[in-house]
Amino acid sequence: MSAVAVEFQEREDYLQEYTLKSWLLTTDHKRIGLLYMATITLFFFIGGATATVMRLELMTPQGDVLYSPDAYNRLFTMHGVVMIFFFLVPSIPAVLGNFLIPIMIGARDLAFPILNLLSWYILMIGGAIALWILIFGGIDTGWTFYTPFSTMFSNTMVVPAAAAVFITGFSSILTGLNFIVTIHTMRAPGMTWFRLPLFVWAIYATSLIQVLATPVVAIAIALVAVERVLRVGVFDPALGGDPILFQHLFWFYSHPVVYIMVLPGMGVVAEIVPCFSRRPIFGYRFIAFSSIAIAVLGFLVWGHHMFVSGQSMYAGMIFSMLSYLIAIPSAIKVFNWTATLYKGSVRLDTPMLYALGFIGLFTLGGLTGLMLASLAIDVHVHDTYFVVAHFHYIMVGGAVMAYLGGIHFWWPKMSGRMYNELLGKLSALIVFIGFNLTFFPQFVLGYLGMPRRYYEYPPEFQVLNVMSTAGASILAVGYVLPLVYLLLSLRNPPDAGPNPWRATGLEWQTTSPPPVHNFDEPPVVMEDPYAYSPEAAEALDDNGTGDGGSTLRR
Amino acid sequence: MWNFPLFPDQASISARQVDALYFFELCMAAFFTILIFILIVSFAVRYRRGTQVDRSHPPVVSRWMEVIWIGVPLFLGLTMFTWGAILYVRDYEPPPGALEVYVVGKQWMWYVQHAEGRAEINELHVPLGQAIKLTMTSQDVIHSFYIPAFRVKQDVVPGRYTSLWFAPMKVGRYHLFCAEYCGTNHSGMVGWVSVMEPVEFQQWLSQAGTGPSVAEQGERLFVQYHCAGCHQGSQIVHAPRLEGVYGRPVPIQQGNEVHFTLADERYLRDSVLEPKREVVAGYQPLMPSFKDQISEQDLLKIIAYIKSIGAKEATR
Repeated sequence: MSAVAVEFQEREDYLQEYTLKSWLLTTDHKRIGLLYMATITLFFFIGGATATVMRLELMTPQGDVLYSPDAYNRLFTMHGVVMIFFFLVPSIPAVLGNFLIPIMIGARDLAFPILNLLSWYILMIGGAIALWILIFGGIDTGWTFYTPFSTMFSNTMVVPAAAAVFITGFSSILTGLNFIVTIHTMRAPGMTWFRLPLFVWAIYATSLIQVLATPVVAIAIALVAVERVLRVGVFDPALGGDPILFQHLFWFYSHPVVYIMVLPGMGVVAEIVPCFSRRPIFGYRFIAFSSIAIAVLGFLVWGHHMFVSGQSMYAGMIFSMLSYLIAIPSAIKVFNWTATLYKGSVRLDTPMLYALGFIGLFTLGGLTGLMLASLAIDVHVHDTYFVVAHFHYIMVGGAVMAYLGGIHFWWPKMSGRMYNELLGKLSALIVFIGFNLTFFPQFVLGYLGMPRRYYEYPPEFQVLNVMSTAGASILAVGYVLPLVYLLLSLRNPPDAGPNPWRATGLEWQTTSPPPVHNFDEPPVVMEDPYAYSPEAAEALDDNGTGDGGSTLRR
Repeated sequence: MWNFPLFPDQASISARQVDALYFFELCMAAFFTILIFILIVSFAVRYRRGTQVDRSHPPVVSRWMEVIWIGVPLFLGLTMFTWGAILYVRDYEPPPGALEVYVVGKQWMWYVQHAEGRAEINELHVPLGQAIKLTMTSQDVIHSFYIPAFRVKQDVVPGRYTSLWFAPMKVGRYHLFCAEYCGTNHSGMVGWVSVMEPVEFQQWLSQAGTGPSVAEQGERLFVQYHCAGCHQGSQIVHAPRLEGVYGRPVPIQQGNEVHFTLADERYLRDSVLEPKREVVAGYQPLMPSFKDQISEQDLLKIIAYIKSIGAKEATR
């Protein structure tokens, strides 16, 4: 085994070339994944900085930190636009998906490598416009761009923002398209659909949404620009348009986009939980099909954002009922992950802590989502901090926790290095505590009636806001910490070995970092995924080199 | 700072009902969150690496378990749906005889017009124990009229009327918020709802002197905008009479067909702003549009006048 390891060390891995050109013109899916990682990390900290200033402003009921409500309105708009379009949507699919999908299915690359690079450049163009807006004026419509405010009343950079969102959408569409074709056509011999890792199923379902929903928001946002520039009446009633039409078009994308953000996270958790429980995942097919069910049902519930918009009572009732149906596939996943711990051999390493944190926060986020789907409750808490808390539990407690869990799980694969495990565990703990302290008080605030997007608020809401701001400062530490120790780990020698977690899955059968073409010889898959054995794990303790079955025939 | 509530006032009948549903759903959420938490922690402790426990044949699928954890959440979800929908439907239509108040939202204030003639800004005075119906529109962007203590909210949309009703049951002053983001001073588009004893409310209404009622103001505008010239008196121009039209079906000519539509606030408003869209059968589309020539406040007053002559007709 050691002879093989030495041989691995001497062969070229995908990180060997150092020139700028080798990065900017690469068509290697692994390098493109890292390009995305650098890009969205930048946007994450920009979005985080805007959130920090907002939380500081909200420490007191009156406006003081920012001097003007316009500045505050621009901050929350940029926070939403940056975090959603430039961090959450590309996060797991474009970083981990790009890096892992071809390796997980035993392929050399994605189906369209040049298109993949183009997707990244498109994101960069959209992102550059977003940064330009941020620096030279901002936009104050909220990330929702509600008409007619966005088309006829706002005096900010709405058209550039529309362009940024429109352009970035193509990055998302092309990435989704690439994944769908790759998963259909490039699976290794023996890699049947039901041998696919659940991460691949999740990314597949996500890609379907990206391809089908993104064009709708692109059209909606283009129409906003058309009405604003050419005064063509589409949404403004003064010009003969219908403002509610925009909400339908917008939420037809922007509800499914929630699943673009959280489905890949569910995929990550489905990889981590069985690995650190050392047993096959519970209910593989139920989890796989629930991803598809979420993707399909996700298109049918947009109207639950519009219960008080003036849409008909019957529409409200239908959208409410469908929203309860889409909760079922999510419930299936949570219960199956939990059952996977049963009779396992559980170790709480950093990725596992993040994954379990995800399950807890996602559960609470999902259950409060059920409360919001309840018509009479939503009438009261719609557009309050209850909604803000709910979707942060899903998107930050859910998607970001899963993204960090995935980064910690596959970091040794991507970089060949291990990070400081103690700091890793500490960061998972700090993020979990800081997150709950930040967002739990907002549920209470919301039911009390504090509307969202308020620069100033009545004084009786202050105590809960101070708690939230205090939590945010803890959360910030939790997010900076991984950036530091992960970067520091790059100074270590690349000694993680091919499979530090003794995980199954093709990505662990190749070297770390993987060679340029992923595998020395095309793999053949002989087994079901997650072929772990808890008893073997106990027997081997920590010294073994693979208690799971090998999925690779040599 | 020390005024630190954790739960909002219950100042309307529906507030109590909404809170009952909220507590049910809160218990549900707490139960499942705690269940998952306990399961994860106990499994993670019991089956942590190195403990001597039975790990033979870990189950990989169980139809029965799947049926249970699909069936139970589905049942509970549909219960939440039904309960929430019943309250929503019941609160959708105001009861007959509700006191009418007109609201116009604009950046960044609420203009409130009582039927008796008194108007106020960023304040709404209402009597205790009576159903109040708000008919609302916006002069610019979308706003949302939100009274947390009553658990009611409704978007206020330009170009159309939306309505909201509630029955206050506790005297006091309650927050009024704009809940839909509407630009710079969104967080300043707030006010107070004062619930008063009916007697005090009547005094308050008449305090402003004996000004004309909204319908009377509307009648004056009806003449001022030259509506009366065609719709009343002179028969040179053939236009439909408006007495008693409110709340009744009117025949509409569309091509060669005639269909009926209810003459509600929506119809009256559209007939002023888009008169050629729904022409009453037997009449020529002669009326000019009053779009951009009439403010939302004036339009509401004219509609109130047309409604009032409908009421007079009906009682005759």
